[in-house]
Amino acid sequence: MREFDLVVVGGGPAGMAAAIAAKEQGTDSILILERDDRLGGILNQCIHNGFGLHTFKEELTGPEYAERYSDRVKELGIPYELGTMVLDISKDKEITLVSRKRGAETVKAKAVILAMGCRERPRGALGIPGFRPQGVYTAGTAQKLVNCEGVVPGREVVILGSGDIGLIMARRMTLEGAKVRAVVELMPYSSGLKRNIVQCLDDYGIPLMLSHTVVDIKGKEKLEGVYVAAVDEKNVPVPGTEEYFPCDTLLLSCGLIPENELSKTAGVKLSPVTGGPCVDESLETSIEGVFACGNVLHVHDLVDFVSEESVRAGINAAGYIKGRPSSPGTPVEVSPGFGVRYTVPSKLYCESVEDGVHIRFRVTGVFKGASITVTSGGRELFRRRGRIFVPSEMLDIVLKKELLAGVTEGIEVRIEEAAL
Amino acid sequence: MYDVVVIGAGSTGCAVARELGRYKLSVCVIDKESDVCEGTTKANSAIVHAGFDAVPGTLKARLNVRGSRLMPQLSKELDFAFENNGALVLCFDKEQIPGLEELARRGAENGVEGVRVISGDEARALEPALTDEVAAALYAPTSGIVCPFEMTLALAENALANGVEFRLSTRVTGISRSGNGYTVSTDRGDIEAKIVVNAAGVYADRIHAMVSKTPMTIIPRRGEYMLLDKEAGGLVKHTVFQQPTKMGKGILVTPTVHGNLLLGPTAEDIDDKENTATTRSGLSEVKAKASLSVKGIPFGKQITGFTGLRAVGSTGDFIIGIPEDAPCFIDAAGIESPGLSSAPAIGEYVCELIGGIIALEPDPGFVAERKGIVHFAALSAEEQNELIKKDPAYGTVVCRCETVTEGEIRDAIDRPLGATTLDGVKRRTRAGMGRCQAGFCSPRTIALIAEKLGIGLLDVRKNGVYESEVSGDA
Repeated sequence: MREFDLVVVGGGPAGMAAAIAAKEQGTDSILILERDDRLGGILNQCIHNGFGLHTFKEELTGPEYAERYSDRVKELGIPYELGTMVLDISKDKEITLVSRKRGAETVKAKAVILAMGCRERPRGALGIPGFRPQGVYTAGTAQKLVNCEGVVPGREVVILGSGDIGLIMARRMTLEGAKVRAVVELMPYSSGLKRNIVQCLDDYGIPLMLSHTVVDIKGKEKLEGVYVAAVDEKNVPVPGTEEYFPCDTLLLSCGLIPENELSKTAGVKLSPVTGGPCVDESLETSIEGVFACGNVLHVHDLVDFVSEESVRAGINAAGYIKGRPSSPGTPVEVSPGFGVRYTVPSKLYCESVEDGVHIRFRVTGVFKGASITVTSGGRELFRRRGRIFVPSEMLDIVLKKELLAGVTEGIEVRIEEAAL
Repeated sequence: MYDVVVIGAGSTGCAVARELGRYKLSVCVIDKESDVCEGTTKANSAIVHAGFDAVPGTLKARLNVRGSRLMPQLSKELDFAFENNGALVLCFDKEQIPGLEELARRGAENGVEGVRVISGDEARALEPALTDEVAAALYAPTSGIVCPFEMTLALAENALANGVEFRLSTRVTGISRSGNGYTVSTDRGDIEAKIVVNAAGVYADRIHAMVSKTPMTIIPRRGEYMLLDKEAGGLVKHTVFQQPTKMGKGILVTPTVHGNLLLGPTAEDIDDKENTATTRSGLSEVKAKASLSVKGIPFGKQITGFTGLRAVGSTGDFIIGIPEDAPCFIDAAGIESPGLSSAPAIGEYVCELIGGIIALEPDPGFVAERKGIVHFAALSAEEQNELIKKDPAYGTVVCRCETVTEGEIRDAIDRPLGATTLDGVKRRTRAGMGRCQAGFCSPRTIALIAEKLGIGLLDVRKNGVYESEVSGDA
């Protein structure tokens, strides 16, 4: 059985950044496992620009951003195996994988970094009524077809969900000559970034229909059109508001789900809110020596934040391999309070925080002029006012080590609304 | 001139074809769709009913019990998934218990073994997720579950191997008497046959009316279903029914042979024989009624919803026989529930009827066994390695949710009666059947189909019929 200090499951941006960081910390025995036939993950199909503004202070396309990391992986001589699917991870960190070259094999690792990314929520999971014809795709599948396979799946398009991939694909399909009739969003706000709404919809005159949804799909074999209706405040369609949009393509951008089937085989504890592993400040999961980063942990808006997070996972995994003492003391829970959906991490070993700890979270709705507050046992540790907080933008605060001194009770992150 | 033409390549038509494959006959199966298993067979509860529900003395009773007895052996011969998981029929009110006792009596009369009424607590001991409202249950240990796609494909492939021809993407437009047989007119030319078998599902009444003036009506009864992720599949082990009504066996909760959880169906008589759309109200009804039987169903784990049309005959029983005004024409119509369970027995019975018309001479070359597509994920590491050594395509996992390899997909496309559509690949291999619903694997599957058929990626269809002839080996 091959043995490695560190096995990184996934060769996308998270896995590459984590592996590079671990290598730079002195971990030499590393293996990156990637199911696709190249490194880079989903970035390879994201041929639009806008990547790297934080990391490299320049604007790159997805493949360019990925290449910066894959070049570094090669430069550092970090071994990676492509076309390799991991089938199982045991709690003892034995990893079963399969590939054309090596067949089915089990390898053993001292530490594992989970970096499998996420998947899109499909039509069936959304429960949209109607027929099941050809022409209904998740936005990412359509993106792959257009950008990697060179085929445009349709000419008249409706997009359900205003997630970033949906917005990007609205522009992409338009540039390919298709007519995008509307982007339909169930919520009263978009789940995509503001800049994507401006650059992908507004610039092309594509209407964004907030508080609307698709209520029926027509066409038994091939998509003929969809009915769109307004929804009330409980997101229930309002009878009489149906409008028919003829189309041959319906793209779905209705949420991303961290892909943790392998984490489950290992017995990693998952958060019911994010769908990703519950981690502490070192991004270590409920299983010692198993770390998680990137979209498998929680869905990010920007790859730059994935990279930053993954570096921390890599450094901590390297520390674990070197025999870093287990986290000292007892952890405190980090929990979401009013207006906050979740926090990553969800527990904190205050004594092992070096300079400061990142707390990342999303809000539950749109808050204008509100404040983020962090408290523990009635004591306020942190407060930051913001112009606007929206669910589509992940928030990131850093709690300095000195703030955490003497914290023994649970930490709560919440939103305080502005007084009227 | 064929000895027998079978119209319809669903579970009934394919079961008939498989039986006919035992004899020295020339047989052809016709279907308007580009694949077998495209109608009622592809969207139902996938249950092998024990046979306690049908009224004693009916064809349904006899053929169900016989079919369910044949199923275990058949599943081994033809290599398809079948599991004897047992069933519970629930009642929620002590006053309904006599109804369950009546079912138990019927079961005994129909020859079903082991059927008995148990208390609510006994039922909950067997199936802890049952709700507290369950007052009593009928326990039927011989009930089972099956994969209807695999079963039908297996029957068809075995029939093909034994010399039965298949003409898919071929729509019957008329049937006329000619000499001592029939001319079946289709959109791809006329086909002559001595005997015609009508296994046309919801369209059986239209086919029947082409040759006979005796009345027959087939009403499509719409049934909506929800399929949940494998994570939810372990919620129940048995198939959990509610006490049946005249509209059917009610909403059930059952594991599938592949480990998903299936809920449904609704029952709604409609006019449109093509209306397989799901509805908001239908799916709400499934949720509400399933929750009466089983607690804690994680509806959020839904991965898809679908609708099937049961072919409900006007007599209340299966309509199998020769109309008085149409000799050599055999109806196998009105095959609603328990049609899937009965299919092997319907095959035998129709074969007997054919034997009353022409002599059935056993074919010594008949091969009873068929090997299915290997399921890579189910193999041991040694077996997986052997397979990959022989064909490296088995080392590439294309469908990550269901762990389906390129080797399996290639086999599904390359084998006789192979898949020509995405849905065809899905039914044969489960690629695209998992939680991401083909999001990741469909570009690769499309490419593999396009390569085989020699067409462009955009020309590959999800389902339905190609305008030009592309179905290779059929």
